[in-house]
Amino acid sequence: METGYDTSPRRVGLFVTCLVDLFRPTVGFAAARLLEEAGCEVYVPVSQTCCGQPAYNSGDRADTAEIAKQVIEAFEEFDYIVAPSGSCAGMLKKHYPELFEGDPKWSARVEAFSAKVHELVSFLTDIRGVERVNAKLDAVVTYHDSCSGLRELGVKDQPRKLLASVEGVTIKEMKDPNVCCGFGGTFAVKYTEVSNAIVSAKTSDIKSSGAELLLAGDMGCLMNMAGKLRREKSSVEVRHIAEVLAGMTSAPPIGGKGDR
Amino acid sequence: MEITSPSFKKNVHKALRDEQLQQAMRHVRSNFIQKRAAAADALPEFEALRDNARDIKNHVLENLDLYLERFESKVTENGGHVHWAATASDARGMVLDICRRVNAKSVTKGKSMISEEMELNGFLEKYGITPVETDLGEYIIQLRGEHPSHIIAPSVHVTMNQVRDDFRKAHTHLPKDRPMDEPESLLKEARAILRQKFMEADVGITGANFLIAETGTSIIVTNEGNGDLTQSLPRVHIVLASLEKVVPTLEDMSQIMRVLARSATGQEMSVYTTLSTGPRRASDPDGPDEYHVILLDNGRSNMLGTEFQDMLRCIRCGACLNHCPVYHAIGGHAYGWVYPGPMGSVLSPALAGIEKTANLPNASTFCGRCEEVCPMRIPLPKMLRHWREKEFEKHLTPPAQRRNLKLWAWFAKRPGLYRTGSRVAMRMLSLMGGSKKRLRKLPFAGAWTEDRDLPAPEGGSFVSQWNAGRRT
Ligand code: SF4
Repeated sequence: METGYDTSPRRVGLFVTCLVDLFRPTVGFAAARLLEEAGCEVYVPVSQTCCGQPAYNSGDRADTAEIAKQVIEAFEEFDYIVAPSGSCAGMLKKHYPELFEGDPKWSARVEAFSAKVHELVSFLTDIRGVERVNAKLDAVVTYHDSCSGLRELGVKDQPRKLLASVEGVTIKEMKDPNVCCGFGGTFAVKYTEVSNAIVSAKTSDIKSSGAELLLAGDMGCLMNMAGKLRREKSSVEVRHIAEVLAGMTSAPPIGGKGDR
Repeated sequence: MEITSPSFKKNVHKALRDEQLQQAMRHVRSNFIQKRAAAADALPEFEALRDNARDIKNHVLENLDLYLERFESKVTENGGHVHWAATASDARGMVLDICRRVNAKSVTKGKSMISEEMELNGFLEKYGITPVETDLGEYIIQLRGEHPSHIIAPSVHVTMNQVRDDFRKAHTHLPKDRPMDEPESLLKEARAILRQKFMEADVGITGANFLIAETGTSIIVTNEGNGDLTQSLPRVHIVLASLEKVVPTLEDMSQIMRVLARSATGQEMSVYTTLSTGPRRASDPDGPDEYHVILLDNGRSNMLGTEFQDMLRCIRCGACLNHCPVYHAIGGHAYGWVYPGPMGSVLSPALAGIEKTANLPNASTFCGRCEEVCPMRIPLPKMLRHWREKEFEKHLTPPAQRRNLKLWAWFAKRPGLYRTGSRVAMRMLSLMGGSKKRLRKLPFAGAWTEDRDLPAPEGGSFVSQWNAGRRT
């Protein structure tokens, strides 16, 4: 985009992701608010379920392709498709095209669809040119880089930049924020012991950071880390970054309040 | 070696409770990563070099037969011999034949993962030939009766204290009260012992980091110089290499070398780069009388032309292991076969069979850090997923898991039913979460709640609420 950012009014399909839809509607409302503040008109197709990752990462390509077609059909009419998750946005953007490689009927269609897909925070900064948000929260926060967002989509500086603009927020980086939290979708239940070892190393880094609130851009990782922090009776609370950026922090944190 | 990948979960359970191992692995987590990052950052053209290295190897793989034949004819021209081994057992037989012909009693060995793949040490011992590992790490694990737990740092799982005990037990001819506190004193001790072995050896066996088609040269890179003594002192030098180690020219090799040590240990170059081109010539002051290269296939040619071909670009730098959260947690032995970590989880199923290694491609979070650092730009997560697809096709996926997946997919493809079904389930979970907003125990999610709580749903689905007009 040589002309810079796309600031025209646009129709955005919000792919809210199955975990946000079922576990954390607040994130959906926060994402919608942020998109609207950035001049977008937000649409939420009812036919959305899941991006298909559980099937894709279990080797079930046939079911994945059917789910993908359903997502494409529901969302391709919009100017942009935005998800409050690096992992699901990565699935729609990077992996859907792989599913239909060499399929004459679908490959062009999926390419056109995938080109319009973005992760929420990077969409705000990189496409809409959002420099700051109107939100306030007195908190020392630390940010975990979820793997797919970071490595598939290059989401790293954008969330930190917008967080820095929230009035009252201080960012304290943890050691190795770019290291996996051990969630990995079904990995967490198939190889619980390994997953637990990885998330334990993560929560130890989180706790040493001195932050009181952990943020990230992916519900899967957040539920994993929140689940571990709560089990460890830590005082660190957990939220999706969109909640803070949208100033919607009145709901209890993910997994409930921290132990004091 | 006996393959224990089928009992991967048991191996993991043990590894996580092994204090010495955990202590040793903490060192990997901090050390290798920093060094590689510093080396990569210090070289502005590093990313371009990675592209170049990938392209060189891709070209080789497209023309593998051509370059291997050229390599063979050059070796022959130089007075050496090339032996083609289809399987590990063929390769073992070839080594034995050579050793027997020259009446070998003792064999020194440089570091070679192919030798591990061939299970060479145990085999030679069975025939009364004594193999002596001369790489310090390999020497240590040979004393311990173990296998390498890392492809470039074979004894990375062993702590200094353990090495001290092993040396005390093995080197009984040395004074009991000798100083052994410093790593240097242990190194000196091993050196003195190995020096004697170098002199006694009849045959020297090394691996190869590269084979050069234009010159018929085999190349090893080491940090200890043990490889040089291994291959130049005995009468016979045997090189063990897998097919894909060949590159067209010395220039190609030097291009790939620029990413190898940087990715592996963060060094610009390894300390020794040793080129061997045939046996000793009349004008040479030293060198072996015989030079043999055993080229092992062992399933690799079957990977050509498949979705796993890219894996054959691997130069065994170990970066993917060093950056893998799973490897950090469990160490190399838990994987249960020769090659650990992400590269092993792709390669082992190809060489040892997916039936026995089914766990390995699944035991990954797909965090992608391996691909991020792989100097050869091998898409490791993608290939792990391809193995999962093979398993799914072959019905190797555990039946309960497959049933759950199918049930979930059935709903995911039917949005209306999905909404109704999930509404009921989520309402239940939400109620169970109570005021604490989390569940400590959940019968059908025991694997999750064993070690962590399950955050309870807030209640209500976003999509339904949004479409009912709610906005906050
Ligand atoms: S897969 Fe890549 S990172 Fe891993 S050992 Fe091979 S070359 Fe190195």
